[in-house]
Amino acid sequence: MRPFSYVPAASLEEAVGVLARHGDEAHLLAGGTSFVLLLQQGLVDPGVVVGLSSVPGLNTIERDGAGQLRIGAMATLGRIEGDPLVRDALPCLSEVVGRVATVRIRNQATIGGNLAHADPAQDPPPILLALDAVVEAIGPSGRRTIPLDSFFVDVFETALAPGEILTAVRVAAPSPAIRFATVKFLPRTVDDFATVTVAVRIDPSPDGRVADLRIALGAVAPVPLRAVAAENAIRGHVPDEALLAGAAELARDAVDPFDDVRGSADYKREMTRVWTLRALRRALAPSERVA
Amino acid sequence: MAASADGRLALRVTVNGTLHELTIPGSRLLIDLLRDDLGLTGTKKGCAIGVCGACSVLVDGELMSACLLLALAVQGRSVTTVEGLAAPDGSLSALQAAFIAHGGFQCGICTPGQLVAATALLAHQPDPDEAEVRAWMTGNLCRCTGYLGIVASIRAAVIGEGPAAGAGE
Repeated sequence: MRPFSYVPAASLEEAVGVLARHGDEAHLLAGGTSFVLLLQQGLVDPGVVVGLSSVPGLNTIERDGAGQLRIGAMATLGRIEGDPLVRDALPCLSEVVGRVATVRIRNQATIGGNLAHADPAQDPPPILLALDAVVEAIGPSGRRTIPLDSFFVDVFETALAPGEILTAVRVAAPSPAIRFATVKFLPRTVDDFATVTVAVRIDPSPDGRVADLRIALGAVAPVPLRAVAAENAIRGHVPDEALLAGAAELARDAVDPFDDVRGSADYKREMTRVWTLRALRRALAPSERVA
Repeated sequence: MAASADGRLALRVTVNGTLHELTIPGSRLLIDLLRDDLGLTGTKKGCAIGVCGACSVLVDGELMSACLLLALAVQGRSVTTVEGLAAPDGSLSALQAAFIAHGGFQCGICTPGQLVAATALLAHQPDPDEAEVRAWMTGNLCRCTGYLGIVASIRAAVIGEGPAAGAGE
């Protein structure tokens, strides 16, 4: 590891300034669970590391006037898992982040680092895509918001511009009628990265149709993604087993996994079909409200 | 925080109740600071990628991996290592005593991490059932596969079962 200087940022404005001054030489440090590994493996080689843990208030979790939950970028996954506001409004998110790796990692890893790192195997993106989450960013040209649906560009690549910092993720609290089902398929050990993750959100209509829905998938493509064709096959219809099975096949056809120790590409495609179908069934099960 | 000419930075950190003021390179990891700069070799470097749990420490009471933390990330914070678990007079914590009495270790390399992780568990949930113990301790690997003894030791500490109980081979 090449020696680098470390700047504990006192404010977002200072961090933006340091990034602007040093360009590609500067990297941000959030919780460090991925970044320190990249450092040790020589995959990043910064001259300057800008620490965000010293920025006050960047880990705040709050509900704004519009009823939206705003989770600061430096909130750890463990904090999100146990936060009373999250547990109340978004039990599905609490459940998903509570399944990430181990207690130690959840105590260090942050939601902002998780999203900005853009490792396609991360757990939180699919449920956040299903929730229509939006991220907030600050950069040299000011503040802006980016829908999570257009945030992930490629493996380790996001829509953040050079020098831009992800500051928060915002989610509207869903109405109690909306149903969720999330799956993390782990054929090896419970602390592993997933072979496939699925998040399904169903907005039911009183006449039995599915008024709207989201099917989001992780670990099976260069980016976490929505299975839009599968969503379209179900939207507006009264779901039955044949409809769900057809949609699960469309989800399988939407993914582009790679071979690794968690399965061959073919296996992951098939597991995408299987677990999408099961998640759809669970989200639609009449007696069950699956968080 | 002022950087010296060679890029070293000042760090103030409390470790096991003692305040340390050091000047370190920005790239120093907490695990190396503990072992090499402070001589606290109870914290082990196992996998060095955050998976095995041998380097488990508490940072302001929260369980973390010392191998995944830059030392400067714990600026102004309080770190507890396995050396900080016993009382100042050297008397062992209930968990340490239970690990001895109930066969909580075999070769011992993972034991500091197991003890620190279990200490964090009991601070978080004083009365965990066996499933909660197993779920929490998932991140601490034992290459000897001595998991039954580890879980039994933690359970014994929870129910206040002292030494003996037929475990002393």
